Amino acid sequence: METQIISNTTSPTSTATEHPAAWKWYDYFRFNVDHKVIGIQYLVTSFVFYLIGGLMAMALRTELYTPDPDVLNPNLYNAFMTNHGTIMIFLWIVPAAIGGFGNYLIPLMIGARDMAFPKLNAIAFWLNPPAGALLLASFLFGGSQSGWTAYPPLSLITANTAQTLWILSIVLVGTSSILGSVNFVVTILKMKVPSMQWSQLPLFCWAILATSVLALLSTPVLAAGLVLLLFDINFGTSFFKPDAGGNVVLYQHLFWFYSHPAVYLMILPIFGIMSEVIPPHARKPIFGYKAIAYSSLAICIVGLFVWVHHMFTSGTPPWMRVFFTVSTLIVAVPTGVKIFGWVATLWGGKIRFTSAMLFALGLLSMFVIGGLGGVTLGTAPFDLHVHDTYYVVGHFHYVLFGGSVFGIYAGIYHWFPKMTGRMMNERLGQLHFVLTFIGTHLTFLPMHKLGLQGMPRRVAMYDPQFVNLNHLCTVGAFVLGISVLPFFINAVWSWIAGAKAPDNPWNALTLEWTTSSPPPVENWEVLPVVTHGPYDYGMGYGVSHDSNPDANDSSDDSSAPPASNPILALD
Amino acid sequence: MQGSTLDSTQPPHPVPAAESHADLRVWGLLTFLASESLMFGGFFAAYLVLRGGAAEWPPAGTEVELLLPTLNTLVLVSSSFVIHLGDTAIKQNNVAGLRKWYILTALMGSIFLIGQIYEYLTLGYGLTSNIFSNCFYLMTGFHGLHVFVGLLLILGVLWRSRQTGHYSDAQHVGVEMAEIYWHFVDIIWIVLFTLLYILTVF
Repeated sequence: METQIISNTTSPTSTATEHPAAWKWYDYFRFNVDHKVIGIQYLVTSFVFYLIGGLMAMALRTELYTPDPDVLNPNLYNAFMTNHGTIMIFLWIVPAAIGGFGNYLIPLMIGARDMAFPKLNAIAFWLNPPAGALLLASFLFGGSQSGWTAYPPLSLITANTAQTLWILSIVLVGTSSILGSVNFVVTILKMKVPSMQWSQLPLFCWAILATSVLALLSTPVLAAGLVLLLFDINFGTSFFKPDAGGNVVLYQHLFWFYSHPAVYLMILPIFGIMSEVIPPHARKPIFGYKAIAYSSLAICIVGLFVWVHHMFTSGTPPWMRVFFTVSTLIVAVPTGVKIFGWVATLWGGKIRFTSAMLFALGLLSMFVIGGLGGVTLGTAPFDLHVHDTYYVVGHFHYVLFGGSVFGIYAGIYHWFPKMTGRMMNERLGQLHFVLTFIGTHLTFLPMHKLGLQGMPRRVAMYDPQFVNLNHLCTVGAFVLGISVLPFFINAVWSWIAGAKAPDNPWNALTLEWTTSSPPPVENWEVLPVVTHGPYDYGMGYGVSHDSNPDANDSSDDSSAPPASNPILALD
Repeated sequence: MQGSTLDSTQPPHPVPAAESHADLRVWGLLTFLASESLMFGGFFAAYLVLRGGAAEWPPAGTEVELLLPTLNTLVLVSSSFVIHLGDTAIKQNNVAGLRKWYILTALMGSIFLIGQIYEYLTLGYGLTSNIFSNCFYLMTGFHGLHVFVGLLLILGVLWRSRQTGHYSDAQHVGVEMAEIYWHFVDIIWIVLFTLLYILTVF
């Protein structure tokens, strides 16, 4: 890489525009306003927390190998259980999917040089490391014990200092999320390159737009709830203390008003990644562009009115159960629209089983299982029986691991060449996929049966009758733990010494592939001009591009109009 | 890879900012305030739920005083009109007018905050007295914090306006943003005043 510094000779007043031609490694450890640096900072930071949360999960599963609490102190088990959930949600999936991919890709996909508010963007990222530090510091005070939901009265009577640190940590990541969302909404709405029609906006951008709106509307309500909890713990108020006029269920409403939409915060960007990964690797236009775009917005809106399905056993009145059962089932409709859109895109496509595609296909199958589990749980009569059992744990891990984490992996394999300028090793990627796929099913499928048999969640000990299936889960968890190794080795080794990536290794049509790999600091020398849709595969676009790695593709596309101009006409 | 992203024959970007796109800060602020209002929405909802579950509201011994808060409300609501005069002034390139009206707004905001503190000191109950006072102090305190931030923004505008040419009829986004934030604080107060005072007394 060139290291030359461009001095600003012609415009001495615009000092703010001075930057090197390319960032050095240490720039990634500093306050930096480039959206690409920030995106990678989010991804790497969140991956570190993923490893920490994963080790906690393996400790939990080790404990659960036997029915008695003989490995971990039960209080430590509670702390690991609480922080495993908190870390995986707030410091892994949300920052990786929204902060990481969103920041890296949105400006590149819409033809902008950066986000609308680069400095705000950097501030939003830098709220995350202190939040993680607070969470880890809470272990010095015993670690918060009350689960990631922090329901009072449990959260009021256990490990007060740790719980306070936990609240502060969540408020920090929540603030980060709000600031990031402000940036995404304004950037997507106002900074598209002028030649791009709304109907040419990549589906990932629609997904991030919906995600951001959802985060803006729901996160502050959680903050309100957590502030009340903070006051109850530390300043003697009694918002959630029924003996003094408070109301415990009120907390649950405030919490789930955010935390159910948080489920969509964790899956909508992943849906966006799916819509970007499947078409180029199946060599077909996306099926139902508008349906997929609008279904993201539909999920965003309907998703705000389903939160009580987490509270069917909290003394919820019957009319509420009916209303929220129905609204929950309605969410399955736009979600199904997307699933069928991807299946129809795959149908008859020339599927290339790259690592990215493998994970996308894995996601498709896993998410259907997780989604069907969600439909059963959203139905009040069924939920009353399996509430707080392992059925719930199995369900949401299918959605969050089989869904979100598979999607993040697919995204990394797909965009790694763009981000680093290096290709990842496909063999290791396939090994990674096979181990992850087997491990996921092995860990989480038996949990459904355990839950139906009545095994309660969140407890360090269980009835010996459940022991056999728990053995399976624990073995699966260790397979998952091992599965990270080929990925980690692959990512580190490829980043250092992988094969050089061409600008457009997948012969894809979205704008990020029109610049170099990795892109220069301000993304393009001359902004691209959009001449076709983002998924117009098989129509002759991009065929003659010099970096086409797959000669077979062009023969298929040769019946299409002459492809004298590559992906775009550069102005 | 291609190194330079800048065309060396011309300035890479027009001054003043590192961004060539239009100034989007007002959009950003409005988006942020939409989100912020939902935080108050959460508090309002919590308040109504707690009130709905109470046998007596406000609990015995918790009197809500109305005279001082009403005066305070008048001051804060009028200040929203005053601050707009400052905005009008700068649109006519009248920096002195801007400064005059913004100083007046800052004074009115300070009066509001002092009145609030005076009310806290003279009320017979504290944060932890009962569930009503929990809500009362938390919500008014949180709003007071926002008034304070708004005050800082106004003082920031005043500080910057000392430099000639910093604000002009063509360039006054900062002025506008402080004004929008101030209106937001004002609107939240009107809801808060209605909920906490008027609907409690009547």
